[in-house]
Amino acid sequence: MTDKLTNAQIAWRAAQDIEDGAYVNLGIGFPELVAKFQAPGRHVVYHTENGVLGFGDAPPEGQEDWDLINAGKKAITLKPGASFFHHADSFAMIRGGHLDVAILGALQVAENGDLANWRVGSKGVPAVGGAMDLVHGAKRVAVVTEHVTKDGKFKLVDRCTFPLTGVNCITRVYTSLAVIDIEDGRFLLREKLPSLSFDELQSFTGATLHTSGRIGDLVVPEV
Amino acid sequence: MDKRTNSLKDAVANIPDEAVVMISGFGGSGNPIELVHALIDRFRETGSPSGLTVVNNNAGNGRIGIAAMIDIGMVKKMICSFPKSSDPRAFTDKYLAGEIELELVPQGTLAERIRAGGAGIPAFYTPTSFGTELAEGKPAEEFDGRMCVRERWLKADFALIKADVADHHGNLTYRYASRNFGPLMCMGADQTIVQASRIVAPGEIDPQIIVTPGIFVDSIVEVADPQQEETLIRAGEVYV
Repeated sequence: MTDKLTNAQIAWRAAQDIEDGAYVNLGIGFPELVAKFQAPGRHVVYHTENGVLGFGDAPPEGQEDWDLINAGKKAITLKPGASFFHHADSFAMIRGGHLDVAILGALQVAENGDLANWRVGSKGVPAVGGAMDLVHGAKRVAVVTEHVTKDGKFKLVDRCTFPLTGVNCITRVYTSLAVIDIEDGRFLLREKLPSLSFDELQSFTGATLHTSGRIGDLVVPEV
Repeated sequence: MDKRTNSLKDAVANIPDEAVVMISGFGGSGNPIELVHALIDRFRETGSPSGLTVVNNNAGNGRIGIAAMIDIGMVKKMICSFPKSSDPRAFTDKYLAGEIELELVPQGTLAERIRAGGAGIPAFYTPTSFGTELAEGKPAEEFDGRMCVRERWLKADFALIKADVADHHGNLTYRYASRNFGPLMCMGADQTIVQASRIVAPGEIDPQIIVTPGIFVDSIVEVADPQQEETLIRAGEVYV
C-alpha cells in the first residue's frame, strides 16, 4: 500500500467543505474528529441526536455532568447559543431536511450511493441508533473512511454486501486516498493523493472510477 | 389538583404483568433509576410485574436500572434503537440465548412513533429505513419521488419519567439533555409516572419554561438528589 492519509487528515479534508453557518451532525467515533479541524473564521453549529444544538468540547475530567452528553454518551460542554430539545424535535431537524451536513463512517459505500455502516451480518446484537435517519435527512450526507479495509478489501464497491443503512443517500466520500463524489450512480473522482496514479487508485476501488475534468491533488497538512 | 404520590413504592404499585412500559432516558441521561429500582423491588417481593415490554432508546447498561430488570427476568421484550452500551452483558446474554425479544427501531422513527402515539396519529410515512432489513414487511409508498416506509404509532400502558422540577399539576421541566424522550413518553402512555428532583406548588414554575404540560402526567413523586446511571456504573454498582 502506498502512502495514505491518517484519520485526522481525512477529517481535516472533510472539514474544509463545511461552510460558514452550517448545522452539522457528526457520526460517533471517527467522524467526530471533523470538529477538531473546523476552518478558521467559519462558525459551525454541531447537532447531536439526543437533543443538543451548539455543543462544544468535552469538559475536564472530573467536571462531567452526565445529564449533558452527546449521542456517543460522552460528556460535553455548551457553547453560547446552545439549545436543548426533545427527541422528536431533534429528529425533525434531521428528517425534516434542516441539517446542512451529516458526516458518517462506513463499512461499505456503493457507486449508487447506498451506504452500509451499521452491522456486518446477521450475527450478534443488532443496533442501529440514528444512522438510518441521518442518511435521509441532512441536505448533504458524506462519508469519511479508509479507502480499503485493514486486510485490503474494497470499501468502495459496486453494490454493498453488508446490510444497508440507506439507499442512494451518499453524495461524497472522503477516503485515505481520494475525494470521490457519487453522481448518477457513478463514482466521480475529484481529488487523489498526488503520489498515487489513477490506475493504482482504481486497483484499490471495487467499482469503476469516472472522471470529469481535472483531478485535483489531495494535499493535506500534517495534523 | 394534586398528582403527588407518597412513595416510589406507591408510584409503581399498579403496573401489571405484561404491561408495555416506556422508560425515559438516553443512556444514563434522563433515566428514572429510582422508579426502575422500585419496580424491581416489587418484582422481588411479589413476582410481579413480569413479562414486561420495555421501550427505551437503549437496553440497559451494567447491572443496574433497565439492565437489572432484564437480568432478574421481568422483561420479555425490548423496543429500542441501540441495545448496546459500555457493559451490555444483561441484554446481550438474554438475547443470544433467545430469552428476550427485540424490536429494533431507527432512533428517529422510535421517537416519532411515540410522538404519534401521544398525538393520536396511527401511522406515518418516512424514508428512514427504506430498502433496509428494518423495513421488511412494512408497506412502502412513493411521495414526491421518494420511497417511504409506513410506521405505526407506539403507545404504552405506563411511562416512567425523570424530570427536574414538577408542580402539583404535573407540569415538568427537565435538566440539560436529560429531556430526550421524556416529553414524548409522557404523551405516549396511558399512565405517566414521574420522579422529579423537586416538587413545587402550582404557579412556582414560570409557565413560559414548562416543557411538559401536566395534562400528560398522572402521578409525581419527589426524589431529591436522584442517582445518575452513568455515575453508578462507573462506581461498579450492582442492583441485582
